[in-house]
Amino acid sequence: MRRATAVRVVGPWSWIILPALLSMAATLLLATPVEVFGLRLPQPIIPMVLAFAWPLIRPSMLAPIVLLLLGLFLDLLWRQPLGLAAVSLLSVYAVVLLSRSFLMGQETSVLFVWYSVGTLLAFILTYVIVTLQAANPPSVLSWLASVVPTLLLFPFADRLIERFEDGDVRFR
Amino acid sequence: MAFRDGPFENLKVPVAWTAAGAAAVAIGAAVMLLLADSGSARAQTNNPVRSGFEATVGPVNGVFAWPVRFVGQVSDNVRGYFFAVSENRRLKRRIAELEPWRDQAIALKTINARYEAMLGVRTEPPVPLATGRSISDSRGPYANARLIDVGSARGVRIGNPVITEHGLVGRVIGTSSNVSRVLLLTDVASQTPIMVDRTDARAILKGDGSGNPRLEFIRGENPVQVGDRILTSGDGGGIPRGIPVGMAAKGVDGSWRVKLFNDRGPIDYVRVMLFQDFGQLTNPEALNAPPLAGFNTAPPPDLGAAPAARPTPAQPAAAPAARATTAPRPAATPPAGAPR
Repeated sequence: MRRATAVRVVGPWSWIILPALLSMAATLLLATPVEVFGLRLPQPIIPMVLAFAWPLIRPSMLAPIVLLLLGLFLDLLWRQPLGLAAVSLLSVYAVVLLSRSFLMGQETSVLFVWYSVGTLLAFILTYVIVTLQAANPPSVLSWLASVVPTLLLFPFADRLIERFEDGDVRFR
Repeated sequence: MAFRDGPFENLKVPVAWTAAGAAAVAIGAAVMLLLADSGSARAQTNNPVRSGFEATVGPVNGVFAWPVRFVGQVSDNVRGYFFAVSENRRLKRRIAELEPWRDQAIALKTINARYEAMLGVRTEPPVPLATGRSISDSRGPYANARLIDVGSARGVRIGNPVITEHGLVGRVIGTSSNVSRVLLLTDVASQTPIMVDRTDARAILKGDGSGNPRLEFIRGENPVQVGDRILTSGDGGGIPRGIPVGMAAKGVDGSWRVKLFNDRGPIDYVRVMLFQDFGQLTNPEALNAPPLAGFNTAPPPDLGAAPAARPTPAQPAAAPAARATTAPRPAATPPAGAPR
């Protein structure tokens, strides 16, 4: 008689809700107007980590909705045009979801290249949108000062993928 | 017939497709929101959703920010401890430099007050201020704004200028009862009318997300030099004239930029100038009165007495006296709220 094998499934709380809440908390923390030793705190787009990692962990209907809400949270917190951060995050999510079959199981260096390309595309898209809306191109140096800290967050994305990649054996 | 027994029993949609569908729906919603929230409206309107969010996130951010503020205070203390001697020397040198200026300022202030009294200059009345603390900060390339912990309960209104001890910071673009949103001079949506102190030339200070906003639409020939002091011009009536903004400098791209005075220190405590526009400096009833309201209409002519009342060449002195009875009388006292 064949024995039923238990399928280990990690629920959305662990890999979607909790990381989203943590990213919101970290964003609030970095929005504090304080200077430490004369330097301002960096302000990366922390949910970019989730937009890259979530489609690689497993496809989910909940993830894009949470990304939309995270984007709206960022827009309201930073007083950006409503929908700007959501478009940015969801564009990265869509690109990675479409190339998921290629990216699965790739080395960390390859993932970093894709993370960098996705992040740059998202930032270029938002730069164009803001330029068109405000009829005033933002400073490139300021743009780079936001891109670089976001790129440096890749280790968190890599850690998230490693942690939950095998969370559901059905998606191996 | 149960649903399972129906034609959809064997219908299985790949999970990747459902995820892609959800992503497409979410992208569509985000694009619709983006189209609805244009850049110009963002800087000028007080959206109730934004106001509610800011009223909620303000206190929450205060709790989250406590450890960061603590680290900042520790760093300030450490720096103050190690640089106390050099700071003391610098301050003594600065006091020695500024003392002659203080004496000159007192003398000039006295002379200026006498000139104003002699000439009857209508100076602007003092603007009341509300002090608040910055509780949140956005420093990205697309938005430079701050939340401060004073709101409409303290009289803050949209459009009020915000200053620090160094100079202008920005203006209020959203308020709730206890929290306000300040659009900084460096935001891409910020445009402030300014003047060059040395030449009185006008220009527009346009933010671009960098620390040094651009000067655009500069009028005149060679109106700006490096190091010129930039002040608000008061044009348009949104911001009072003469608030310090910064110093002119040449950017790496060759454009004129302004090194902001408010970069000299962290923007922690700010003051909101409860200044709306020039309308508050005058009596609104006087402004809204119909033109020539002070002039009385001429009395109806008395045809029977007309030949007798007509002045003759022999009675020229009577005419000014007759006119004086119908001339408008100046108000005995200025209207309440009128500038002095």
